[in-house]
Amino acid sequence: MGVEMGKERIPGFELEGRDEDGMDRGILTLSVGPQHPGSGHFRLIVKVDGDMIVEALPDPGYVHRGEEKMCEYRNYIQNIPHLERPMIADSCGILYPYALAVEEVCNIPVPERAKYIRVIMAELNRCIFELYWLGIYGIFLGHSTMFMWPMADRELLIDLAEMASGARVTHAYFVPGGVRNDVPDTFPEKAKGHLLYFKNRLKEYKDIFYDNPLFQARTVGVGILSREDAINLGATGPVLRASGVDHDIRKVEPYDVYDEIDFEVVTMKEGDSFARAYVPWLEMYESVEIALQALEKMPSGPVRTKLGPNPKGAVGEAFKRVEAARGELAYYLVSDGNPKPYRVKLSVPSFREIPVMAHLLRGAKLADMPSIYWSMNYWPVEADR
Amino acid sequence: MSQQGQGQAGTDQLMVEKEIVDKVIARFGEEAKLAYVKPRRIRFNVSKDIILDFARYARDELGFDHPISVAGVDYPKNKMIDVIYHIGSCTNDKLRSFVLAFAVQLDRNDPVMPTLIPIYRGVEYHEREAFEMLGVIFEGHPRLERLLLPEDWADIPPLRKDFHIKGREE
Repeated sequence: MGVEMGKERIPGFELEGRDEDGMDRGILTLSVGPQHPGSGHFRLIVKVDGDMIVEALPDPGYVHRGEEKMCEYRNYIQNIPHLERPMIADSCGILYPYALAVEEVCNIPVPERAKYIRVIMAELNRCIFELYWLGIYGIFLGHSTMFMWPMADRELLIDLAEMASGARVTHAYFVPGGVRNDVPDTFPEKAKGHLLYFKNRLKEYKDIFYDNPLFQARTVGVGILSREDAINLGATGPVLRASGVDHDIRKVEPYDVYDEIDFEVVTMKEGDSFARAYVPWLEMYESVEIALQALEKMPSGPVRTKLGPNPKGAVGEAFKRVEAARGELAYYLVSDGNPKPYRVKLSVPSFREIPVMAHLLRGAKLADMPSIYWSMNYWPVEADR
Repeated sequence: MSQQGQGQAGTDQLMVEKEIVDKVIARFGEEAKLAYVKPRRIRFNVSKDIILDFARYARDELGFDHPISVAGVDYPKNKMIDVIYHIGSCTNDKLRSFVLAFAVQLDRNDPVMPTLIPIYRGVEYHEREAFEMLGVIFEGHPRLERLLLPEDWADIPPLRKDFHIKGREE
């Protein structure tokens, strides 16, 4: 299997032609950021030749919090709230594999009802996150309606998440052994109503946003990521699926009850910024379907396995992955038999999009940078951890 | 939960696991030590001399083409640092639910190993993170620089076990 990185053939790309004093002739280095561009502090060092980007060096780390080190100082339960902080807009997505990994290491069973509630909450969070991202994507391409609408519709889903967990964001809802508390009796009915409304509402996004010639002009054919590059660079989630790879952890390695639910994996072949924005929109339909099915099939019963104080893990390790809103999110957890994990490594989708972003920006026009950056679904706080 | 696999699916899964292990043992013999086989998770410990060959074999012959994660773990008691590559598969339908882990165990005082960027481009930033967090040197890495830590970080790599968060020593 050959790996073609292809960009080297673009004329004007090579960083050659240095003057005697060592300066790049005609190459200008720009520092983009690290001011907050809407999702966290992040800097791109961009070298341009005219308006062509010849090299882009992502410089993350401005919001590094040392999550992995912190994990080693807290026990399995104390680790729950701080681990969701890197991605508060999709807090269920980032806690999900942690719960699965601790369940494997500590051998904790999960009640059936809790699995369904987790699936519902994970899908709600997926929509909540995608709407937030879509709004920001819209406003950064100068489309303010696309900022207002998703932000308003997001509130409906946040209401549901609040009803179930008690918190609008940062629910700390997934715990090893199930979910923190059961949903209220009125939840299924209300959730169905909100989800059906939301599903209808989604159609209008296409009219106002995706069919908008201005949005298309800025995204169609911009930042094309080939299938081979997407795989070899480790791209994940909507970025990978927009390049024609039907890889979705919910399908290929179903966790909890995803194997009992009927849904499609959305893919597109184009691999451009438009496809990367369109795939999440199609996925929100699937999320609504998954949540509705799970609400239908949800059995009654307990939602949490009662744990003793300071649960201890067996000596060993676990590698668990889920499909979060931005892609494959994996935890590598090493236990040495103590109540505190020996090592926790988060492999987060945003961090994995960094080389993809650098690859796509090379050879792109400077004016295309925002549409490529935002289509990556990159969240600095998550990437830095 | 379908983790263990039931019936036909479970048998298929066991066969794939056996096939992978047999292939690797046949190719590398003693040089690749099987650490464990768990449902859909296989880990080998390999020496740093053959890590490039192993990774190339895993990508081209076995079909593990999708880099997921590179983790470093410090074991001061054994005087070593583990660097673990977790690789998935996007294209081989049989392997898509599997994650292959291969680990290199490095001397803690001199953790040097070759970079795997020629095989998996996506590990570039993961390796940089392992460099700054654990002090592992990846030979041939084009930009082995600080990534997440502050530019003026003047302490040992923070994910080593002898680094303690201020006020939380124990």
